Parts: sequence; C-alpha cells; structure tokens
Amino acid sequence: MKSNTQLLAQVTEFIGYEADLLDHKAYQEWLSLWTDSGLYIVPTDLNETDYLNTLNLALDDADMRRMRVARLENGESVSAISVGSTVRMVSRVRILEAGDDLVIARCAMTLNELRHGKLVTYPANVEYTLKPTAEGLKLEQKVVKLLHADGFLRTVSFIF
Amino acid sequence: MSQLIDMKNIGLQAADMVDVEKGRVKKELYSNPEIFEEELDLVFNNTWVFVGHESEVPEAGSFKTAYIGRQPVILSRDRKMVLHVLQNRCRHRGATVCEARKGKTKAFTCPYHGWGYGLDGSLRALPKPEEYDGVFDKSEMPLESLRVESYQGMVFATFNNDIEPLEDFLGGAKKWIDLFMKQGGGYPVKVLGEHRFNFPGNWKIQLENTTDAYHFPIVHKSFVSSLDEATADIFDFLDGEGFVEDLGNGHSVMVMIPQLVDLEADLDQPIPERFSALAQALRDEGKSENEVKKLVRAAHGTGFNLNLFPNVSCSMAFFRVLRPVSVGETEIQHVALGGDGAPDAFNHKRMRLHEHFQGPMGFGTPDDGEAWERVQKGSMAGTDGWILVNRGMSKLRTSEDGNPQGAVCSETGMRGAYQQYKKMMAAAEEK
Repeated sequence: MKSNTQLLAQVTEFIGYEADLLDHKAYQEWLSLWTDSGLYIVPTDLNETDYLNTLNLALDDADMRRMRVARLENGESVSAISVGSTVRMVSRVRILEAGDDLVIARCAMTLNELRHGKLVTYPANVEYTLKPTAEGLKLEQKVVKLLHADGFLRTVSFIF
Repeated sequence: MSQLIDMKNIGLQAADMVDVEKGRVKKELYSNPEIFEEELDLVFNNTWVFVGHESEVPEAGSFKTAYIGRQPVILSRDRKMVLHVLQNRCRHRGATVCEARKGKTKAFTCPYHGWGYGLDGSLRALPKPEEYDGVFDKSEMPLESLRVESYQGMVFATFNNDIEPLEDFLGGAKKWIDLFMKQGGGYPVKVLGEHRFNFPGNWKIQLENTTDAYHFPIVHKSFVSSLDEATADIFDFLDGEGFVEDLGNGHSVMVMIPQLVDLEADLDQPIPERFSALAQALRDEGKSENEVKKLVRAAHGTGFNLNLFPNVSCSMAFFRVLRPVSVGETEIQHVALGGDGAPDAFNHKRMRLHEHFQGPMGFGTPDDGEAWERVQKGSMAGTDGWILVNRGMSKLRTSEDGNPQGAVCSETGMRGAYQQYKKMMAAAEEK
C-alpha cells in the first residue's frame, strides 16, 4: 500500500493525462485507458446511482465507446466536424477509497468549448473508479456529473 | 387602438408568408420577433398543447411542471385521481408556486406569503386571512386552471375554452396514436426518463424536422455507420414503400419502415439474430415464447413519426416535445418510453437505444442540432427569401383514409403543418 501522497500523485497524474488526451482528441489512446468491462456514464439525474436502471445522457460500454469515437473521427458527423476546441480544467482531486483492487477518486472539472465562436462552459464533478494493473491505472468507471445535467444542455460532439 | 391594429396586421402578415400554392414559406418566419410574439398568442394560446403523459403523474398527489409557450403550468393529479393543468402563478403577487420538475405533494405553497393551494388549484389556506374580510372570498382565488383532456395517456391542455374537443382536433391522428402505443409490448406505455437540450433556432425548424425523412441518410450517416448491417438496412428507407400523409389540423405521419407500423402484426416471424441477446434475457425472466416475440418486436419502437401540431411528436420510440423560448431559441425534450410493469431487460434495452440516438449526447441529435443551427443562421442571408417545402408536391395521391399522401421523403407533412399555422395566424383578422 502506497502512502496517500504517492497515490494522490499517481491518480492526479492519470486524470490529467486523460484530460489532455481528450482535449487533444487522441481518442484511440483514450480507448486504451479502459478495462473491457469499464463504463463511461453521464447521468441525467445526479441523485441516481443505479445507472443501468435509469435513463442517462450516455452510458457507454466498450462497444458504445468505440462507436462514439468512430463517430467523432470518421468525418461523417457534421457536428463532430464543426466542433471547436475544448479546454478542461481539473482540480480538487480527492481519493475516496484506496483499495488494492480499485481506487475511487473524485475531482472538479470545468470543460470549456468554443462552439461557432461562442464559449460554452460545463462545470462537473467527475468520479473515477480506477483499477491498478501492471500497465498502470485503468478506467473501470467514469461518471461525469454535470452541474446542469437536468437542465437544457447544448448538444455535445466531444467526450467529457 | 393603434397598437391593436398593428398586432392584427402582424398575424395576417405571417399568414401571408405561407404560400400554400407553391409550397414555400418566407424565411422571415424564423427570425421576426414580432411574428414570434403573435405565434405565442395565436397558436400556442389557442390550440391543444401537449403537457405530459399520464404515467408521469401516476398517483394522487403526483405533479410535473411544464410550459405552454412561455407560460409555466403544473400538471397535477388530485386525491380523486382527476388531472388538472394549473397556471403556475400565485393569485396574490404572482410568484410561481412550484419549481420542482416533478414530484408528489399535498399542496402547492407560495414561498412569498405562504398561500397554499390544493392539487386541484383551490386556495386552501393563507396566513392572517382576516385582513381579506370583505375584500374577497378564498373560493374566488384558485390557481387558474386550463381546459385539459387526454387521449391514450397523452395529456393536452388549452387556454381556449371554445375550440373543439381534443379527440376532434386529433382526428385522423388518433389511429396512429393507437398504433404508437402498442410499443409497450403488451404493457401500458410509461415514461422512463427524458433528455433535454436546446438549440439556437426557431421552433418551426424542429416542427419541420420530425416529418423530414430526406435528411436522414445525410445528417445521420455517422449514426447509421454505427449500426450493425441488418439494422442499417432497415434505416435505408428512402427507396422503400414508406410515405408521408397529411392527417389534417396540422398533423401528419411519416411512415419510414412500413413493416413496423403495427407492432402486434407478424408475430409468427422468427426473432432476428441481432435481437437474440434480448430474447434470451426475456426468456431468463420467465417469459413465454409468444411474449418474447411481442416484446422483442416492440423494443425498437414503431416505424413511423407522428407529428402533432404544434408541439409534440410520437417519434418512432419516444415523444419529442418542443417549446418556443424566443424567436431564435427552442427547447426540446426527448421523452423515453417503456412498458409499465414490463421486464427489466425490455425497459433497459429501450433506455439504451434511446441513449444511442437521442438527447444532447446521442449519435443523432447533435447532428440535427448542427443542421438546425445552420438553418437559423443561413436564413439571415438576404433581405427576403423563401424556404422550400414543395418536395413531392406534384406526385400526391389519396390515402386509404382519403388524405393527401406523398413519397416518404416528400415534404407533405411540413406543408400540412404550415397550412394549419397559416389558418391560425390568419385568425387575427377575426379578433
């Protein structure tokens, strides 16, 4: 068991790395960060934890993640082609559980998108369930709790 | 007086911008704020507007908030299970009495001075009532209620007490609502949740889109690419036997996949390979082979979009509800549906399919949103100009129900909606 400082540094580095991949649209590398059973979830109801039994904005297993990335990369989606850059700020990383098999962490994230020349901002709490492996940490679950999840959002052609 | 004359003229001017003969509308209908204000009054305050589904207010005390145009309302179910649609405005100083999206309550209490209203809108109690002695009686100050009627669980309300009953207004659309409701797979249709998003464009752009099959293979190419081959073939419907039919009163139906019009027909067909996992999950829940076939066939929804003027569409597997916010902003809800009491595997599949295409993060909606935003932006080019809705106009036939019917990628439904719009905007003359 590492000291908390070591683990926090490792998790913070991983979260920063993932954020950098997504802002720079390195989607194939992002896909490789996941375990096969991993779930990428953007809920509509922030009080809900039974995601399979609820309607979400996104609930992606490995197949859906691959298809989502293909849609963003293959040049067929008019919204994906015209999406501008995103810059996300990540901070307030805290380890909630530090098990040997799973590490659960939470952080604050603000994603800024330039969309048709206008700045759109998405503040969120992001919960990571990470699996320590021989190749480093892997994503077992990522839940993006948008502050305005139950409001009227703009359409999204990137990955939170 | 001069202001009244101006308002009257704007309604008529807007009506004149719909050229029914040639199948075209002036682009200014998307961007003129004065016309928008008149639409709220002449259209949204004078017709049946969809406010919700009965399953969203299942029990005595259940409520949800909604809008009719810009006006906030509450849909509630009282202790006798009667539905009410109430203006969300305290009769005292005007504050909203309910801000929650949905829930269960015994009363609606104004946060400002504590006036409390029952589920039927009646004013039940207020602090220090003696100061109103001789001023008014409580019975005179209920939350104002709207006329409310339902069909097949779909609840509509109107501010106009003089228009026809809901069922007369729905008319030829009722047959299609009946077919749409078969997708509970033998269980009553129930709301499972909803996606909400907005786009910077006029509400009529969304109204047109639900009956626009022409855009599907272009705008949704990336969605179709994400499907398995068999499903992708089903969505390749522009050369098929589908059609668009004008059902009157602004309503229309666009049948894209004719073999999925009646979900209770053809149940003796073998279950396609791509549904085998769902079928097995249903068998594992103890369902008979007949039930499995019925549920699997219902799981993917119907093969048609039914557009109900002015704000709701029964769109293959979900309700699409629009709300005009301003001339250049529209809010949309994609309401996911399932079966009330249906097996988990069925409702889970319905939710996962909804997440795949619908909502702000689906594989379909963002591309629609991009196209609509471009329509609003592009419509500002030039000082005058037309939006064409004349596709397939010269090849109309008469349907078995006696309605005008065109090819699946014709703009027959849009013309039907604009004809109703023109009629309602021209009613300014009679005011």
